[in-house]
Amino acid sequence: MAGKEYRTITDVKGPLVFLNKTEPVAFGEIVELRLTDGSMKNGQVLDTSDDLVVVQVFEGTAGVDRTTGVKFLGDVFKLPVSNDLVGRILDGAGRPRDGGPEIIADGKADIIGAAINPYARQSPHDFIQTGISAIDCCTTLVRGQKLPIFSASGLPHNDIALQIARQAKLTASDEQFIVVFCAMGITAEEYNFFRSDLERTGALENAVLFVNLADDPAVERLITPRLALTAAEYLAFEHDYHVLVIYTDVTNYCDALRQIGAAREEVPGRRGYPGYMYTDLAMLYERAGLVKGKKGSITQFPILTMPGDDITHPIPDLSGYITEGQIVISRELHGSGIYPPINVLPSLSRLMGGTIGEKTTREDHKSVSDQMYAAYAQGRELRGLVAIVGEDALNERDKQLLSFSGLFEDKFLRQGRYEDRSIDETLDLCWELMSTIETKYLVRLDQQWIDKYHPDNKE
Amino acid sequence: MSKNGQIYRISGPVVTAIGLNAKMYDVVRVGDEGLMGEVIELHGEKAVIQVYEDTSGVRPGEPVTNTGQTLSVQLGPGLLTQIYDGIQRPLPILLEKMGTFITRGVDADGLDQEKKWTFEPTAKKGDKVEGGHVVGTVQETETIAHKIMIPPNTSGTIKSIKGGDFTVSETVCVLDDGTEIAMMQRWPVRAPRPFKQKYAPDTPLVTGMRILDFLFPLAKGGAAGIPGPFGSGKTVTQQSLAKFSDAQIVVYIGCGERGNEMTEVLDEFPELIDPNTGKPLMNRTVMIANTSNMPVAAREASVYTGITIAEYFRDMGYDVALMADSTSRWAEAMREISSRLEEMPGEEGYPAYLSSRLAEFYERAGRVETLEGEDGSVTVIGAVSPPGGDISEPVSQGTLRIVKVFWGLDAPLARQRHFPAINWLNSYSLYPQSLDQWFKDNIAADFPEVRTEISSLLQVEAELQEIVQLVGSDALPVDQQLTLEVARMIREYFLQQNAFHEIDAFTGVQQQYLMAKAILTFQSEAKNAIEAGGMLEDVVNVPARSNLMRSRFEDNYLDRIEGLVADMTKEIAAAAEEN
Repeated sequence: MAGKEYRTITDVKGPLVFLNKTEPVAFGEIVELRLTDGSMKNGQVLDTSDDLVVVQVFEGTAGVDRTTGVKFLGDVFKLPVSNDLVGRILDGAGRPRDGGPEIIADGKADIIGAAINPYARQSPHDFIQTGISAIDCCTTLVRGQKLPIFSASGLPHNDIALQIARQAKLTASDEQFIVVFCAMGITAEEYNFFRSDLERTGALENAVLFVNLADDPAVERLITPRLALTAAEYLAFEHDYHVLVIYTDVTNYCDALRQIGAAREEVPGRRGYPGYMYTDLAMLYERAGLVKGKKGSITQFPILTMPGDDITHPIPDLSGYITEGQIVISRELHGSGIYPPINVLPSLSRLMGGTIGEKTTREDHKSVSDQMYAAYAQGRELRGLVAIVGEDALNERDKQLLSFSGLFEDKFLRQGRYEDRSIDETLDLCWELMSTIETKYLVRLDQQWIDKYHPDNKE
Repeated sequence: MSKNGQIYRISGPVVTAIGLNAKMYDVVRVGDEGLMGEVIELHGEKAVIQVYEDTSGVRPGEPVTNTGQTLSVQLGPGLLTQIYDGIQRPLPILLEKMGTFITRGVDADGLDQEKKWTFEPTAKKGDKVEGGHVVGTVQETETIAHKIMIPPNTSGTIKSIKGGDFTVSETVCVLDDGTEIAMMQRWPVRAPRPFKQKYAPDTPLVTGMRILDFLFPLAKGGAAGIPGPFGSGKTVTQQSLAKFSDAQIVVYIGCGERGNEMTEVLDEFPELIDPNTGKPLMNRTVMIANTSNMPVAAREASVYTGITIAEYFRDMGYDVALMADSTSRWAEAMREISSRLEEMPGEEGYPAYLSSRLAEFYERAGRVETLEGEDGSVTVIGAVSPPGGDISEPVSQGTLRIVKVFWGLDAPLARQRHFPAINWLNSYSLYPQSLDQWFKDNIAADFPEVRTEISSLLQVEAELQEIVQLVGSDALPVDQQLTLEVARMIREYFLQQNAFHEIDAFTGVQQQYLMAKAILTFQSEAKNAIEAGGMLEDVVNVPARSNLMRSRFEDNYLDRIEGLVADMTKEIAAAAEEN
């Protein structure tokens, strides 16, 4: 099938190449371009007809002219998969980047990835302990969940992601996670930070890295996460691994999507992003989960930076509609020197309710988490009032709540980058902090848990 | 020009074929794998097709075959308890044929063609029948009798009819002109099914959610929109409606949403008991799941598939409720197809026909006289997911122009963990006038007045809150402080409802009325007590009041509420006397 080389390029525009009259070319087919200087580029068919073929070139079209040879390889984009992927570092198009040999494939997997039949899915219910109190208590991570970090430039989302990668474990069993890390348009500095941390903790041996950096072609970014997720699916559903996929930065991915859309002269949606961005993102995020009859799982931890800290920007907005919650990083908390600066108020884990409790975490978890949340929310609100009327104007209850909100940030949120708190430690800490408020104001706590866990009753 | 043509161009889910003799909306098979598609545009020789499956790897020159049929669903016994994709392929069958992942080129019947159902004739030889007339029944699930109807546009005299066990395609009835009637019929999804006439709705769809039934009621046969940003509880609300509303049949469309949510429904519904019949909820439910990463053209079709099934049950004389979560994803599917067709866009890239498509869809709701003269209804509840929660966008606006009930979900309320996070200040229902007679006849003569009092208290609270924000509540006069206390009781006791609590999740209308009355009693008693010299603090904090409020989580609250109110009245009076 592959063989014939065409020199029928008519137009080149941005990352797109237009060709006349070829053999029947498949939609989505992979293309090889040979430039006059002998160098090679790769691309994929975006539109195909009897008369015209549109090819998107991953490496950009610099150097392409009308004499460039175009060869259709007769197949759609596939990733060679094998157990040997574990421990490897690949570039954004799936080629070795670590100087190691080519992957010897057990098979090839279509990178677009088919949708999981909802009837074949299994509801995620296993608690993942991240060792970070704010997450474990308030936005519990569940195996098979897709839980993004909504961050913004200049905030320590990478540290949080790495801490989770280091510490994530199941309390119910000793099964371990392997990490599939996917870099999309991040800087070499950020990448080195991730890499050296994974290396230092030994996690690298159990990880697969797909790396597209800021100076790599933007178009390539569109396939990098698909490669990573294809590898994750293979490892999870063929080799029973529990895979934690971290990808960063979704915002760069979306910008690449917009770039292609603009080059194709598509009608733009909000803020110039293509109208199909929701579907496109869903095709990444929905590749998380558990399926019946397979042991492995895919948990996704995407990182995105909200342009201008704006949560209503199309990227976080569309993501929030697909993912099962979000962890929101706050500039204000970061500014006051708190790590991890997680703002629990807009953060949410949709799978938490069905997971936490006696069997997985602890019987009082729900009650404690509700009370912590409510008291902190009220305390935060009072700060605004105090700014106007002064602290003396508050009644006793409000004073206690106000002081609690400070403790919440200082003792509960704040923890070390290497501090790994067990869920019991986290919940005990919650009780300790809540005991600074008189019990009669703790209306969301069940009496039976107060009797059992309140520090006054424990000794 | 023949039945067969070949592919000329492929661009994502849009394929152009030449040499195909096709009519608009004909269903075609595309390529060597026979992918299912639908003709959506004709240009001279060329037919533009939207394909319901992934088109990667398909090449120009591959064949296209016209089936000559429009996109139709199979209607008959076997619909209930089933879960379909957007084009009525049963997901369990797809799992069997394709494995865990949904691949392509697999065809599956909407109804099980092998299974035998027991058909009991209700018509007899010599009866004159027309389209829509019931000729027999099948007990499809424990609670639902599936009525077998003569397909629309068919009529005659029954020559023979027989009871017994049949598959859905076997003939159970023959008309004098030789027309054979099977239990299964087909209907094109994009065409509304016929009925005699539409009535004005006069009965509420009781949902068991206090804020909805009491303040913003929806009529059987009405249409409601639920817009809300992510995390505000759209899906939880839709699921509660699917669980507890007193419709006889529920069609739940998961349109472009999360896979795990559908799985959750699938896990949960067979376990849950329908409060109206005492049987598993699944018995009355048909589900359609086209998750966000399943093909976008099938997502476009899914709402039509759903509403056609809903209309079919309506034609049997049932009250049907249809939940579509989310119509925004449906609109986005339209936008995506439209942009592939290079159509001139309207607002925000949506096609110019967006609002007319939305209107056509919601217009398929209604309370009707069926062809047989029965009363049936389809109630449509559409979730809307406005970008950034801003409802000035085209889908929200297009929806609000048509629906008569608006349940506005609100992010700040959700953040305060006030659920259901329906904003009582901007939500509305235009049905109270037509439903008040029902409430007066079935609940209480002063029902409308009680509702007005409750909602005006909430209005007053909103105004007072603005002052409180500035000066604190202590600066208000005592009577206004009491108003705030009463409004807080409305919010915490009445409006907040725990969708996951066994007892609190569903409240009958009678109990809703008594709870509202209890609040008003508290208000008037507290007012009297304060006028008689009682301290506000003492009066509002009587233990019997918190007992009244807390007990709603316990069994038999309806029977106990009046006693609890009497206790509260006594304690409030006593609190006044202490001074």
